[in-house]
Amino acid sequence: MTAETPKKIKVSSLCELCHGRKAVMKRPKNLQKLCKECFYVVFETEIHNTITDAKLFQPGDRVAIGASGGKDSTVLASVLKTLNERYNYGLELVLLSIDEGIKGYRDDSLATVKRNQKQYEMELEIVSYKDLYNWSMDEIVSCAGIRSSCTYCGVLRRQALDRGAAKLNINHVVTGHNADDMAETVLMNLLRGDTGRLEKSTTILTQSSGSPIKRSKPFKYTYQKEIVLYAHYKKLDYFSTECTYAPEAFRGTTRELLKALEAVRPSCIMDIIYSGEHLALAPKKPKKHNQQYKNKSKKVLENQEQEINPDGSVSLGREKKIEFKDGNRCEKCGYLSSNKICKACMLLAGLEMNRAKVTIDGNTSVDGAAKLTKTLEQLSF
Amino acid sequence: MKAKIEFLGGLDVISSHVREHKVNLPFEEGDATIRDLIRYICENIITDPKDIPVFIEDDSVRPGILVLINDTDWELEGMEEYVLESGDVYTFTSTLHGG
Repeated sequence: MTAETPKKIKVSSLCELCHGRKAVMKRPKNLQKLCKECFYVVFETEIHNTITDAKLFQPGDRVAIGASGGKDSTVLASVLKTLNERYNYGLELVLLSIDEGIKGYRDDSLATVKRNQKQYEMELEIVSYKDLYNWSMDEIVSCAGIRSSCTYCGVLRRQALDRGAAKLNINHVVTGHNADDMAETVLMNLLRGDTGRLEKSTTILTQSSGSPIKRSKPFKYTYQKEIVLYAHYKKLDYFSTECTYAPEAFRGTTRELLKALEAVRPSCIMDIIYSGEHLALAPKKPKKHNQQYKNKSKKVLENQEQEINPDGSVSLGREKKIEFKDGNRCEKCGYLSSNKICKACMLLAGLEMNRAKVTIDGNTSVDGAAKLTKTLEQLSF
Repeated sequence: MKAKIEFLGGLDVISSHVREHKVNLPFEEGDATIRDLIRYICENIITDPKDIPVFIEDDSVRPGILVLINDTDWELEGMEEYVLESGDVYTFTSTLHGG
């Protein structure tokens, strides 16, 4: 019953797979206790199974990893590199980063991505909001205020990833969205009654028929806790500062609810995803009835802020019922859009109207506006 | 009683961005548990009392913060009931920060 290490280990604290080493973690999915080595194997193999079950990749594919330098995308890059070599996927992996132009935040996280590029020996492409839209996030916030920053950023990022991929001649972007994110989206859509999004919120691979660019989430079934542990044990180099604009913009209430649920019953994250996957909506009732109900709730909603979904899409307050029509293009920029003008162009047009006509020489209030605000907040008299 | 306390994953915001704290805990070995450690952290390490709710909820570590004791998940060590030992390393990692 004693292990061969000097310090005695109780049988109950041994790894439940190899029964040889001391367990270091408990899997939230099934409460299994595992040692580091077995955890790595199980973690990587599950992701491999997710990838093969969903047939995400074909040999020879060039795939862009949406890389922010944060834990999820760093672990994604590391695991995909490992699996690509171990199972001969035959993929060419490229890192694709978005520079939103947020001083004191994105510049630091991009430095992490640049280190990752060397560590993982991958090509790196950085597309910036400034180049694409002629607006950096710092400029947008100084013009539109901090409250709607995530709305702008989310809409712009979605397009920026697609455009970055197109620039690289790549038609598949993988992102680090994990099981917690996915369960959160299901819950959020459920709480909002957004049934249109609810049904498609758990799909692992999304593609509009008109778009050449696919998006997928290999971490769909991977718990955040395990991603953080994997990064920690493997000593991966990741960046973990909250965006300077984020705390103002949203307090993750759904996330808090989910974390509290997980504390009581860790499997609930998988269970929520399962529910989302198997949910089938009743066929739509005749339109008249539906419309009336919708209008009523719209009035209440109209005063509220615009909200941003974790996948980067946005619910615009005044928008009519969202229909996911494929293949329509924005009249201004040619990007895919269900409306005449895409959301990014709509937001940007609003910004242009408010852009200062004259700039003051040596004005430093725009660059690093968030940093400045933070410093000012801490001043006391 | 010597110990090391680490705040990772962005959690260092609650301690003036210091990630690693080498501390001399005012407890006798065998007398104190993680519960006492949490109280110690709130009273001695968190710089701004406003940040205490970032770290604790209902007298324990807030859900979403991962706790490791000597690199082992605290869920395997009895969580709040774990009896502190000299030379321990306690790691608190936020899983909530952006991916």
